[in-house]
Amino acid sequence: MRQKPQHRRLGDGRLHLHDGPIDLIIQIFGERWAVETAYAAAWRRFQTILDELCVELPLLRAEATPTSARPAGRVARRMADVVAPFCETRFITPMAAVAGAVAEEILSALTDAAPLSRAYVNNGGDIALHLLPGESFTIGMVDRPDRPSLFGNAIVSGRDGVRGLATSGWRGRSFSLGIADAVTVLATTAAAADAAATLVANAVDLPGHPAIRRAPAISRDPQSDLGERRVTISVGELTPDEIDQALSGGLAEAARLKAMGAIEAAALRLCGETQLCGDNVIPAKARTAAPQALLSLDSRFRGNDSPVLFEGGDASRGRRETRNRGALNPTTGSDRHAVG
Amino acid sequence: MAETDDKIRCDACPVLCYIRPGMTGACDRYANRNGELVRVDPHILLERTLSDGGEIVPFMTGGREWTGDIVNAPTPFVTAIGAGTTYPDYKPAPFIVSSNIDGVDMVTVVTEGIYSYCGVKVKIDTDRHLGAECATVRAKGEPVGHVTTGEYGSQMLSLGGVNHLTHGGKKEGRVTCETLLDLCNRKAVELTVDNGASVVVEAGKPPIVNGQVEERMRVGCGSATIGMFAKQWHDKVDEVVVVDDHITGVLSEHQAGKLLGARDTGIKMKGRRSTPGRYFHVAAPGTGWGGADISDPLEIVAGFDPKVAWPGLTMLMVSTTGEQHAFYRLDESLKPVEAPLPENLRLSVERIRENCEPALCSVLFMGGAGGSLRAGVTENPVRLTRSVRQALTTVTAGGAPVVIWPGGGITFMVDVTLLPDNAFGYVPTPAIVAPIEFTMRLDDYAALGGHVDHVRPLSDIVERLAKNNAKASAREAPARIKA
Repeated sequence: MRQKPQHRRLGDGRLHLHDGPIDLIIQIFGERWAVETAYAAAWRRFQTILDELCVELPLLRAEATPTSARPAGRVARRMADVVAPFCETRFITPMAAVAGAVAEEILSALTDAAPLSRAYVNNGGDIALHLLPGESFTIGMVDRPDRPSLFGNAIVSGRDGVRGLATSGWRGRSFSLGIADAVTVLATTAAAADAAATLVANAVDLPGHPAIRRAPAISRDPQSDLGERRVTISVGELTPDEIDQALSGGLAEAARLKAMGAIEAAALRLCGETQLCGDNVIPAKARTAAPQALLSLDSRFRGNDSPVLFEGGDASRGRRETRNRGALNPTTGSDRHAVG
Repeated sequence: MAETDDKIRCDACPVLCYIRPGMTGACDRYANRNGELVRVDPHILLERTLSDGGEIVPFMTGGREWTGDIVNAPTPFVTAIGAGTTYPDYKPAPFIVSSNIDGVDMVTVVTEGIYSYCGVKVKIDTDRHLGAECATVRAKGEPVGHVTTGEYGSQMLSLGGVNHLTHGGKKEGRVTCETLLDLCNRKAVELTVDNGASVVVEAGKPPIVNGQVEERMRVGCGSATIGMFAKQWHDKVDEVVVVDDHITGVLSEHQAGKLLGARDTGIKMKGRRSTPGRYFHVAAPGTGWGGADISDPLEIVAGFDPKVAWPGLTMLMVSTTGEQHAFYRLDESLKPVEAPLPENLRLSVERIRENCEPALCSVLFMGGAGGSLRAGVTENPVRLTRSVRQALTTVTAGGAPVVIWPGGGITFMVDVTLLPDNAFGYVPTPAIVAPIEFTMRLDDYAALGGHVDHVRPLSDIVERLAKNNAKASAREAPARIKA
């Protein structure tokens, strides 16, 4: 039986919206009345989103081609439009952008409703941001949702063009054709970041490597938009050279997308190694000296000495075990002026 | 339900996932367990903080890191929400947890029960007539229960139970299950009573009767109201009638008026006099004054005895909630003529209103730990019943206290507003899935034939939860429908 969409305020005032597979965490900064008005607007807009998408699911799950029909719904159109530039050279379906597109749609409902200084809509790690020019967000990046610890921070300032951020990887909730633990992408919109992160994560790969287990997507999820394509189930031991090789493949894809203007920056993570793409990416040590940094990485990757919040996942239970693609949680409060 | 390959189609949301055995749907909340659709939400740990009055904090959210403390205050309490269960329960309950409280080893057996025979008792604070006793209560046109007794200004409904859940038609069972689930999860549900009213029920919220929000609960019956306010009316007005469909009160005849020396007024009421100053059946039940079917209160007054009454006699008529009132003065022919309410009486009317508490709907879930569920706790199920009877074992539902019925079995009721959000689930059987925990001393557990070899220390569970709940921030983080 259809469970109705739900909304509730978390203890710290953030709004949690839930409907079927969608969970949004929303936080808004502004005048009190504006915040309340915007929360109400988010809830109003949210209630029909899943139904709107489901009407067009078959189209959204089908491979995008230059001649694909354009869907009718607002969110569905956002998804189709954002993957369209990629479809001639890569396999992609509009579903690659669904999380980002939903986040974006709710964000626009918020910002249309009231004047706000900052806001974010976090759809399971795919985040749409609103920032006035003087404001910023610091966002922690996590590569292993089953064992979350920060491997870096992304700092997004209101003066950058970045309003969307997404993470993709085989350990996340969604299937990946590649082996990246996490690829985090900054782009002008959340939907664009979502689609691009999927492509870059797919490109971090070692085809035919014996330590990588794969299975047809539909053997795990009968309705997967990836069909018979083989998705990554587990990744065994890799040598440093192999890690490098896989990351370079991803880096090349990221550079291609950046040249197309599809992304601003990307951080690629595999087996504890990180590679960055983006002109204004500043290495960690220089971060404090370069407050304009678009994205910077904290070199203090916290290993075993850091508090481990979660035990490792049980691979036998399949991908769903590593569900918390809550990889990215915008930090709040004291971090708000981390830049500038 | 079963498709080829034992795939199940989940209908919890419009995505309508086909789910393979052992896998979850796109939401990670519903799964296919041996061909059965089950909910797999993570356990929710409740922190028992008395100071916040039952405020419930989801496990490890809001950036707070778990410090590793198990028994130091605040003590995590493992609830059964999301524990999962099996049916029939020939296997030990999914989680049997031990912890050390005050130096005593405690065992909590945590399971989710599948309740095919369960129901809810609904208390609706309203004087308005919802329907005749025994009238069928419907949701979406299907019978889901009936109107039962009216008690203390509240109308009770009894919904669900085996006759609607499993013995009725297929659609009836489904709608009943849905209705119970929504009521238990504190959602608003519209119910209609045959030959009666439509009422929107939401636990902890005012009822909406025929589209009108019920603001206040009456202070008492008409007779009780006379008793409460007689002193304030005496000397200010000759007669007061408190209009109430159940028991209408008349000041001059009422014991309270007599004690104050109120003068007879010769008023003649309609209906049946029960004892002096107390009248039954002054009108038919309805949604007008005092829950009667009247909009003009004079309809219940038959007249005044000319030998006793006098011109100029003053009379206040007021409903049990003070929401309606009218003031009259008898003319030369002893006919009541409406007049403005004097200021000194207005205060008493306002006081009636002030004393009426907010009208609310309350929902009690009623479930029973059948022999099968008890077998998940102990090898000798009847001993669990005895242990509960002897108060050696405490029963809770989602950490909330329950009321256990005397008599056979372990039949309990719990206020659904005390459970965490969405603690209830369902299976398509149809039946409601609800958490239940049994807590007892470890030695008592062994004595009643418990599955002692399955006892796991609380620390293990917490770790395991952490593992399962990479979703811990479940409520915080996950979810996208990308497939």
